Amino acid sequence: MRAASTRFRLGAFVAVSMLVTGCQPTEFSDAEKQTIASLALSALPPLPDDPTNKVANDPAAAALGATLFFDTRMSANGAVSCSTCHLIDRQFQDDLPLAKGIGTTNRRTMPLAGVAWSPWFFWDGRRDSLWAQALVPMENPVEHGGNRAAFAHFIAANFHDRYERIFGPLPDLSGVPANAGPLGDAAEKAAWDTMTDAQRGDVDRIFSNIGKMIATFERSIAPKETRFDRFAAALAAGKEPQGDAAFSNEEMLGLKLFIGKANCVTCHNGARFTDNHFHNTGVPVVAGLPEDLGRETAVKEVAADPFNCLGKFSDAGPAACGELRFMVTAGEALTRAYKTPSLRGAADRPPYMHAGQIETLEAVLDHYATAPAAPSGTSEVHPVTLSERERGALIAFLRALSG
Amino acid sequence: MKRTHWILIAAAAVVVAIAAVAVHMMMAPPDDLDMARSKLSEQKFYLATVAPEQEPLRQGELHAWVLTLATPDNKPVEGATIAVDGGMPQHGHGLPTSPQMTSYLGEGRYRIEGVKFNMAGWWELKFAISAPPGDDRVTFNLVL
Ligand code: HEC
Ligand code: HEC
Repeated sequence: MRAASTRFRLGAFVAVSMLVTGCQPTEFSDAEKQTIASLALSALPPLPDDPTNKVANDPAAAALGATLFFDTRMSANGAVSCSTCHLIDRQFQDDLPLAKGIGTTNRRTMPLAGVAWSPWFFWDGRRDSLWAQALVPMENPVEHGGNRAAFAHFIAANFHDRYERIFGPLPDLSGVPANAGPLGDAAEKAAWDTMTDAQRGDVDRIFSNIGKMIATFERSIAPKETRFDRFAAALAAGKEPQGDAAFSNEEMLGLKLFIGKANCVTCHNGARFTDNHFHNTGVPVVAGLPEDLGRETAVKEVAADPFNCLGKFSDAGPAACGELRFMVTAGEALTRAYKTPSLRGAADRPPYMHAGQIETLEAVLDHYATAPAAPSGTSEVHPVTLSERERGALIAFLRALSG
Repeated sequence: MKRTHWILIAAAAVVVAIAAVAVHMMMAPPDDLDMARSKLSEQKFYLATVAPEQEPLRQGELHAWVLTLATPDNKPVEGATIAVDGGMPQHGHGLPTSPQMTSYLGEGRYRIEGVKFNMAGWWELKFAISAPPGDDRVTFNLVL
């Protein structure tokens, strides 16, 4: 009798406390339902056009781009391709804190699902198109370690006809040195300086076209439907989620926190769980790596990039370059600001952050709960009290964004 | 019985604490926010009207606005220089882009390009206006 009444009182208490804390699992307000719908894959806009890349929707370009993406001959040592770090069966990333090509990079490999929806590329957004991005690892000494003259010769020697069917006649490269480029080692730079403007223009044109073909392939890497999307679809339709679309109470609480008290959705918003913008979230520096100021350095680099939207290798006019023309170029908010990563699939690919600073999701939540001061600049994150149960719930929700 | 009471009291305290945090963090815009899209500038030099080129406003998309400037007695203001600023007062950050006045459309109408709102919530769009009547400022509120 006594036990029964205690149980009853506890039960009543749990019900009341859920009401008070707003945690009662099955209830979402209309505003919350709207937010949930905005995160679902069904809210993803159609693949954006890329007017800077005239072959962006050409299947032949995508096919050759895919070949190049996986071709290790595209490197100084014959052992590195894009797929060395962007592994197709690992969400196009490598599970490492810092990537390994010919050497070791200063940042973590980014997964590629849905990358074509992004206006800026790299953790700091130092490139403004997918094709201009692809050119960077090719010439980075610790990634592919190549040079643009060698890449142009490689295409002419191995993919002559396929290239010409996409872009028209290849120029005569007979007078172009085997190895040359403005960013290479001393010998490659010297060789680049001996070339005529026309030769440099020819090489840069082929080089940028390699980027365009790879970008066209990358446009096909779309985010996949997850359990969360099936749950959200049922919720939007006013139906009881069935099978694996049904969320546990813990997952519901996690979702509620994500879009509410924990404030995650301010930055991780939209169907890709990113606002495509740059934030200082107080992530620590990695000892031994060169100073990294994030967006602050990147805005200067992208403005000066000859392959940017306003440059002569872009197939679009300035009207298509709004992101670049109206980008914020100064101010403290840029210091150590990094692109908000998508959280789709994140639970399956530790470590986290731009240099793999945080090893687990548990530690990510500790980071957001304590909101440490930024090493430089100011963190935008405000500390939030999260109980063990709430942390567990947020993690359970993040897991529902995988598979 | 005693033990049950203790648990209840402790749990109630946790509930109150959580509710307090929740209220603090979920920042709804103030109820009395002035949402007018047409108003006098701070020093009353201008009657300013804003309208996005496309509605509804879509979070995360770059878009343009038209700012129309008139004198309080409704004469179009020509040749104004306009600086655009703004942000989210409850988050303490500015606009994600740096919008600019890119063309004069006639009849006191100015095209403002490069506006983006990357989060849901209360945004301010501020214009610093400089034209023959004087230097003045006007702030509009938006909720996404
Ligand atoms: C050595 C490993 C490595 C190789 C090889 C490599 N990448 Fe990456 N990739 C990275 C790292 C690390 C980053 C983040 C770098 C940064 O932010 O500075 C990155 C970032 C990217 C991004 C930006 C994604 C986003 O959301 O902004 C794209 C796209 C990309 N790589 C494509 C490629 C392509 C295409 C190639 C081949 C031409 C390639 N990568 C070769 C490691 C690599
Ligand atoms: C102020 C914007 C902002 C808020 C709020 C925010 N994030 Fe983030 N999040 C970011 C940025 C930016 C990064 C990358 C930071 C870096 O690498 O320096 C990130 C990284 C992450 C990562 C690592 C993903 C990866 O691939 O490395 C996870 C997981 C994550 N956030 C989850 C959350 C959760 C959960 C919350 C709510 C408790 C949250 N975020 C709130 C902006 C934000």
